[in-house]
Amino acid sequence: MIAWLLRRIASLIISLIVASLVIFMVVEVAPGDPAAFMLGVNAKPDTVAALRDELGLDVPKAERYLNWVTGMVQGDFGTSYTYRSPISDMIADRLWVSLPLAVYALILSTLIAFPAGIYAASRRGRAGDLGVMAATQLGVAVPNFWFAMILVLIFAINLGWVSAGGFPGWDKGFWACMAALTLPAIALALPQAAILARVMRSSLLDMLGEDFIRTARAKGLTEGQALWRHALKNALIPVLTILGLQFSFLLAGSIIIEQVFYLPGLGRLVFQAITQRDLITVESVVMLLVFAVIVVNFLVDLTYAAVDPRLRARH
Amino acid sequence: MTHFSRNLISASVIALFAGIGAAQAQTDIKIAMQLEPPNLDPTGGAAEAIDSVVYLNIFQGLTRFASDGSIEPSLAESWTISDDGLVYTFKLHDGVMFHDGTTFDAEDVKFSLDRARAEDSTNAQKQLFAQIADVTAVDPQTVQITLSQPNGALLFNLAWGDAVIVAPETAATNATAPVGTGPFKFVNWVQGDRVDLARNPDYWGTAPALETATFRFISDPTAAFSAMMAGDIDVFAGFPAPENLPQFEADPRFQVLVGSTEGETILAMNNKQAPFDNVLVRQAVSHAIDRQAIIDGAMFGYGTPIGTHFAPHNPDYLDLTAQSSYDPELAKTMLAEAGFPDGFTTTMKLPPPSYARRGGEIIAAQLRAVGIETEITNVEWAQWLEEVFGTKNYGLTIVSHTEPFDIGIYANPEYYFQYDSQPFRDIMAELTATTDPAKRTELVQSAQRMIADDYVNGYLFQLAALTVAKAEVQGLWANAPVAANDLAAISWKQ
Repeated sequence: MIAWLLRRIASLIISLIVASLVIFMVVEVAPGDPAAFMLGVNAKPDTVAALRDELGLDVPKAERYLNWVTGMVQGDFGTSYTYRSPISDMIADRLWVSLPLAVYALILSTLIAFPAGIYAASRRGRAGDLGVMAATQLGVAVPNFWFAMILVLIFAINLGWVSAGGFPGWDKGFWACMAALTLPAIALALPQAAILARVMRSSLLDMLGEDFIRTARAKGLTEGQALWRHALKNALIPVLTILGLQFSFLLAGSIIIEQVFYLPGLGRLVFQAITQRDLITVESVVMLLVFAVIVVNFLVDLTYAAVDPRLRARH
Repeated sequence: MTHFSRNLISASVIALFAGIGAAQAQTDIKIAMQLEPPNLDPTGGAAEAIDSVVYLNIFQGLTRFASDGSIEPSLAESWTISDDGLVYTFKLHDGVMFHDGTTFDAEDVKFSLDRARAEDSTNAQKQLFAQIADVTAVDPQTVQITLSQPNGALLFNLAWGDAVIVAPETAATNATAPVGTGPFKFVNWVQGDRVDLARNPDYWGTAPALETATFRFISDPTAAFSAMMAGDIDVFAGFPAPENLPQFEADPRFQVLVGSTEGETILAMNNKQAPFDNVLVRQAVSHAIDRQAIIDGAMFGYGTPIGTHFAPHNPDYLDLTAQSSYDPELAKTMLAEAGFPDGFTTTMKLPPPSYARRGGEIIAAQLRAVGIETEITNVEWAQWLEEVFGTKNYGLTIVSHTEPFDIGIYANPEYYFQYDSQPFRDIMAELTATTDPAKRTELVQSAQRMIADDYVNGYLFQLAALTVAKAEVQGLWANAPVAANDLAAISWKQ
């Protein structure tokens, strides 16, 4: 077990190093000079040169990469070119929007998907199953930004229950923030819930066909009892895999939803930084997201081991 | 009820309650813009969004732009100009304080202008200060600016957001915590979301009606529409979804202001790249373009056709659109005359704004009709700056030039469209040295004619300023002679 953990941690570190190299190279190769962008079309060449010098853009690439990586290890991402403020602070502010949103959406998605998936599996082939399947088919097909716009139209414009977007800030109170995050969380959660419910259902149905369920049934359990006591726990592995992928997606992939609800989250920061060629900010945020994805996957691996004793034994 | 009598009644109701109403009027406002400023220092970047938040509100210059684009006194209450036009003596307002409590005086003016024109300055509009030879603080209330040669546009140049007066103590931190002399103080900036300002209780001028103002940044056009409709926003300056404007116009809760900007939108041609080095080809392109179709198709009808690089609302503007009227047959004849009877193929690089992306598609179709094929590439601004503006690797591009009075860019042969004309440079040099208004008008008009005669670029339209606001907001600028949201002029109707 310990050896397995060490191996996993080593591969995690190697992944991070490779990711940092790839991110740095890809972003630096993209055309566009942040200094020229900031100064616009009337700037004189010597002005651009002065700003490049001030921003430290003329430092050789290898040196910039090393500075960036050593800074990151110490939790210092450097200073944004265009915003002129420390990137660590900017990321922290944005995380306070993106992280709660992702968790909120994940909870909603789980709360919807688990009952729906279990219900559909227990009603296999009957009307209830077909209803859930039809609804999830729709959920998978509808893009979340379109769904977001419909939510805004109904709940913000017509009913006036919540604002059409924006984020009040945590200093304005917990409930005000939750109210602001509810529509975005629903818009993010429903398509995820649809996928998760389908995985839950098919995974459960696979289990219900297994020998150990037949044995349980033979012992005298009803189909429902067998499902709850034996099939559910075993069906969780594929569901956890999807859940882990979804969390990474919710954290990194909410750019569009953040645009629709004009939320000051990480996605929006990346988007603005890319258009302004704020290279160091782009690199740092992408690196952080990669870090989050890798760590989440690592944690999912750990949960597999917790859920499935066989995996533990094998390692 | 007729319109007239309803107005009469509401007028008398307003008159009746005016006394009470004034006390109850709302004193906060939420203004939305599409782009967020990257920082809040107007002297350290070209982004218009910076000026839209801080210019006139937080920071002020010696002079300022009024809503009609004219130049008015600001921190300088008056000035005298020596007979040779070389020495400007400014008398500064008394009792002006920066928001951090330090006193504003002539030394701050000297510091700000010297900083902007210094060798290592990162001011994006350094050319504004090119003729300044010396700035002297004569006494705390008097500043003398000496020029190396007369500059008829000095008072205009000093009104720009890039020429605002900053304090030496806070100049370095203005990017994130701006400190100026204006009617509003900086309170807070939640990056990605909003900037909060509050009335400056120690303001030297007339106290503004508003107590607080919030600027919010909503980039998505659909989100902009929703935010207005849901009532989250009071004013949207530069509304990004022109297709939705009729809906706001029909709704009594809102007002729509359609004004003019300083944005000359042009189909720029690379004057040193074949075949655009041939004036006949450039003329053919100009005649192949149907301006109205572009305005209708790309801008939903908002925009004024232009025939030269000058703002139509300027009194010195000449309407030269007839000189490059839409005439595809003439365009074909000219192409044949230029040696391209079968047309040619060129590149068109389009930056992100919808005027360029949508307009580019329409122009490509219009050019195809006369035999010119275009290979369209969509580019980000940073890429545009590098490939089009920097290395001049392009045939055609579409850009709106939003700086006020920027016809002078044609005097720079290195500028991206590479117009190289000594006669034009002579006119501009003479213009700079001329202070007599009548003579300046004459020179400005011959400059407009010259670039139209040389068909330097395809002149499309003047970008419209589109503002959507709640019906009760008054004092908004309809026109945008400069990027600004003059909060001190805004108040709520009761």
